[in-house]
Amino acid sequence: MQYDLVVIGGGPAGLAAAIEAKENGIDKILLIERDRELGGILQQCIHNGFGLHIFKQQLTGPEYAERFINILKEKNIEYITNTMVLDITDKKEVYILNEKLGYKKINAKAVILAMGCRERTRGAISIPGFRPSGIFTAGTAQRFLNIEGYMVGKKVVILGSGDIGLIMARRLTLEGAKVIAVVEIMPYSTGLTRNIVQCLKDFNIPLLFEHTVIDIKGKSRVEGVVVAKVDENKNPIKGTEIYYECDTLLLSVGLIPENELSKKAGVIIDKRTSGPFVTESMETNIEGIFACGNVVHVHDLVDYVTLEAKRAGKAAAKYIKGTLRRDGVKIITINGKGIRYVVPQIININNSKEVTLFFRVDNIYKDCKLEVRLNEKVIKSIKKDKVTPGEMETINIDFSKLDIKQDDKLFVEVKE
Amino acid sequence: MEKINLICIECPMGCNLEVIKHKDIEVKGNKCKRGKDYALKEIENPKRVLTTTVILKNSYLKRLPVRSEGEIPKSLLFECIDYLNKIEVEAPVKMGQVIVENILNTGINIIASRSAEKLP
Amino acid sequence: MYDVLIIGAGIIGTSIARELSKYNLKVCVLEKDNDVANGTTKANSAIIHAGYDAKNGTLKARLNVLGNQMFDKLCRDLDVPFKRIGSLVLAFDDNDLNTLHKLYDNGIKNGVKDLYILSKEEVINIEPNVNKTVKAALYAKTAGIIGPFEMAIALAENAYENGVEFRLNSEVIDIKKEDVYVVYTKNEKFKARYVVNCAGLYADKINDMVSKNRFKIIPRRGEYYLLDKSVKLVNHIIFQCPTKLGKGVLITPTVHGNTLIGPNAEDLEDKEAINTTREGLRFVLDTAKKSVEDIPIGMSITNFAGLRARTELDDFIIKEAEDSKGFINVAGIESPGLSAAPAIALYVLDILKSSGLEFVRKNNFKNKRKGIIKFSDLSFEEKNELIKKDSRYGRIICRCEEITEGEIVDAIRRPLGATTLDGVKRRVRAGMGRCQGGFCSPRVMEILSRELKVKMEDIIKDHEGSYILTGPTKKEVD
Repeated sequence: MQYDLVVIGGGPAGLAAAIEAKENGIDKILLIERDRELGGILQQCIHNGFGLHIFKQQLTGPEYAERFINILKEKNIEYITNTMVLDITDKKEVYILNEKLGYKKINAKAVILAMGCRERTRGAISIPGFRPSGIFTAGTAQRFLNIEGYMVGKKVVILGSGDIGLIMARRLTLEGAKVIAVVEIMPYSTGLTRNIVQCLKDFNIPLLFEHTVIDIKGKSRVEGVVVAKVDENKNPIKGTEIYYECDTLLLSVGLIPENELSKKAGVIIDKRTSGPFVTESMETNIEGIFACGNVVHVHDLVDYVTLEAKRAGKAAAKYIKGTLRRDGVKIITINGKGIRYVVPQIININNSKEVTLFFRVDNIYKDCKLEVRLNEKVIKSIKKDKVTPGEMETINIDFSKLDIKQDDKLFVEVKE
Repeated sequence: MEKINLICIECPMGCNLEVIKHKDIEVKGNKCKRGKDYALKEIENPKRVLTTTVILKNSYLKRLPVRSEGEIPKSLLFECIDYLNKIEVEAPVKMGQVIVENILNTGINIIASRSAEKLP
Repeated sequence: MYDVLIIGAGIIGTSIARELSKYNLKVCVLEKDNDVANGTTKANSAIIHAGYDAKNGTLKARLNVLGNQMFDKLCRDLDVPFKRIGSLVLAFDDNDLNTLHKLYDNGIKNGVKDLYILSKEEVINIEPNVNKTVKAALYAKTAGIIGPFEMAIALAENAYENGVEFRLNSEVIDIKKEDVYVVYTKNEKFKARYVVNCAGLYADKINDMVSKNRFKIIPRRGEYYLLDKSVKLVNHIIFQCPTKLGKGVLITPTVHGNTLIGPNAEDLEDKEAINTTREGLRFVLDTAKKSVEDIPIGMSITNFAGLRARTELDDFIIKEAEDSKGFINVAGIESPGLSAAPAIALYVLDILKSSGLEFVRKNNFKNKRKGIIKFSDLSFEEKNELIKKDSRYGRIICRCEEITEGEIVDAIRRPLGATTLDGVKRRVRAGMGRCQGGFCSPRVMEILSRELKVKMEDIIKDHEGSYILTGPTKKEVD
């Protein structure tokens, strides 16, 4: 089997990337999805709030997905579901597995990685205690409730105030469960303010900052959790323990780009993002292998996933047609003071005179400036009333009027 | 006189608003006009978009995600949920299809958030 | 009426059951839990020790060394993962050096082969990540790693295939000695000429039902971290010098390619206290850092605790009760119990023989057990052939461990098959990987529900009462 482009993952990133490549003149495209239908995680995100930037309206996850699925189908882009990619090589051989085709090798001229991310688990944050049933990651619980149609518990404590945790607090409440508290180890939430108001305050669900779960009770099913306040080093403070009787603990403690497959192809992972190092074209260190969406870095808004995926789709098309430039000067982006990471990490201005930088701050800053420097020279400075780690920031940089030399460094920093 | 504390959700700033009700309604803590508008709306008639699922028959999906086409009064959220929990829908369904018309006389329809084909 | 009734289906009970199944005997295993290998067997270091540390002259020493040698054939016959990767005991000061030599001498006396003292350079050469302050190490080439619950499950399946009966969910509540033994569970009673007590943590309770010679089982808890497969810290089982509380904290690859770190040792009263603690886990990590400084604990995928069944004696208790002929205790089987298990089984057979049980070999004994096909281990061609025969092998359910629906169905349908989420996990590793079942548990539950014809909300994680779902989100009117 031979394709020009193989897109791995049929979520928002894969869908947009495949559509964009088709629009840029690539015909032999195969999109591979492991689940039984396209749409990825959006299909279980039945709440609204998607698409504000791209469609200028608030859609639910399934609606956002279906709009792209419809375009994919209209454009006759080939896709297969219930199919797992087990291996990719640096020669862009993609090994797939499904019930109908068996185990097959596909040769591709270019590959776009769009596998998304997975949730951090109890093990990853080493919560001690018993190992009863009733401990779910928020996304797994979301799937049970919204897709399978089952309740996961009646009295729930949620650890982590990321958006999925907040959304699930409301969802469980509406379906008749009692959400006792949301517990957050940080002094701030990484979730959107709107979600704190509409998912917690609307239902009088308490949110405890600088607290965490330190013990889980129950030998068969969760019977309760012990929550304690933490000090500045995130260690529990003795004497602050609170016992909550509950039958369920939901974890919303972070997402990790899923790059086990990328690594098999020799793709190098940036420790700051847990995703591949990418260029302005969303190309990884392996020529012809591109990546976009949550596999590169975890986004909070799907709209930005779509934008990033379009970049990847367009660049993959160029690569296949032989017009993606490799010559010319390259700039490295650097996360300066107050910045956790910057994507893309490498910019070849021959491919794009204008580049949008995606980045996240490492803490809450009020009345600050986001500054971009080319070596020593400040080329952009944006005033911000407030920035938080929970919300990805973007800055557009126009390189056309700048004098760029090889290995110049582009710094992004927070100025207080 | 009554004091109510709100967090503005119009932008990421998240201003802490203090709403004081005497004869008029006074809003404090907002950095911009949108904050005041938000507070007034929240005090006078808070409304929300409702999203949930209903039972779906004749499809490999067991539940159909639905949403209110517009905002409904916050006070009616649970009543609407109770109503929708008793609804059963038969596949095929098209995205945007009206599932419940004018739910609880709010003037708002409940629509399907996705399409679902019927079982072959 | 049974010839032999075995109480407990852990690694010891299943080892004895399988050994007895070679003979024309009517044997039954009673297990209080809903699955085999659900106690101490499922949470331990998973090491087959070489046998240099148990004191010369003890049962522990003898049976460990003997048992160790039996694993190659046993694991081949039963299709169980086992790797002889060798172990190192690290020495960091003169005291430790002294200990190494004592262990070496004791090992030679115990009959351990292939023991060597390695220099600092030799140690660092084969283990580049160990703490550079290491001075020397005792290298035991015969030490190995194994899947302990896979082993017990395989033994049970093979015993079952050879005619041994298994009664799960059958806690023994009383034993009466009439002309033969009458063993009572909640709903049934069983008559047997011989009773073998392999009840692990509860062996004292079972003994007390029969014998006046009491002993007490003290649960000694050990806590562990399990790290992601992408972490490659060590190539061998890395011990520190033993202390009064045992062999100390080890770091080892597991037979499936993860890294295991632990255990601590804490004597408790509660025989169900398989919870980890903040203090225990911190101790494990801090102590392990002495062996390998740089441990990426952020790559931990789970932590767990197991309870060893120890007694005040410093040795296993394996003997016929003096005041009750035909009642054999196999108790206090703490480390190196797993390593000694095959030899313990032979030893118990000898005791039964001298107590008058007649052994006649079966001529149709099947010594091989066909394990569950591991799809990810197959070649390109084998994979395709298998999918052609059964398309369910073309459907990956657990992404992290690459487990197919075919394997999960096999785990459920085979004799003594899985009935719970963890039962599936122990047999085929679905849910054992880095996402810890986040993605696959809904899928595995669907398969369990379909294969066992039970409702989704009736599927449990592990023990009775460990329900996962509380019911449908809406009530359907049928």
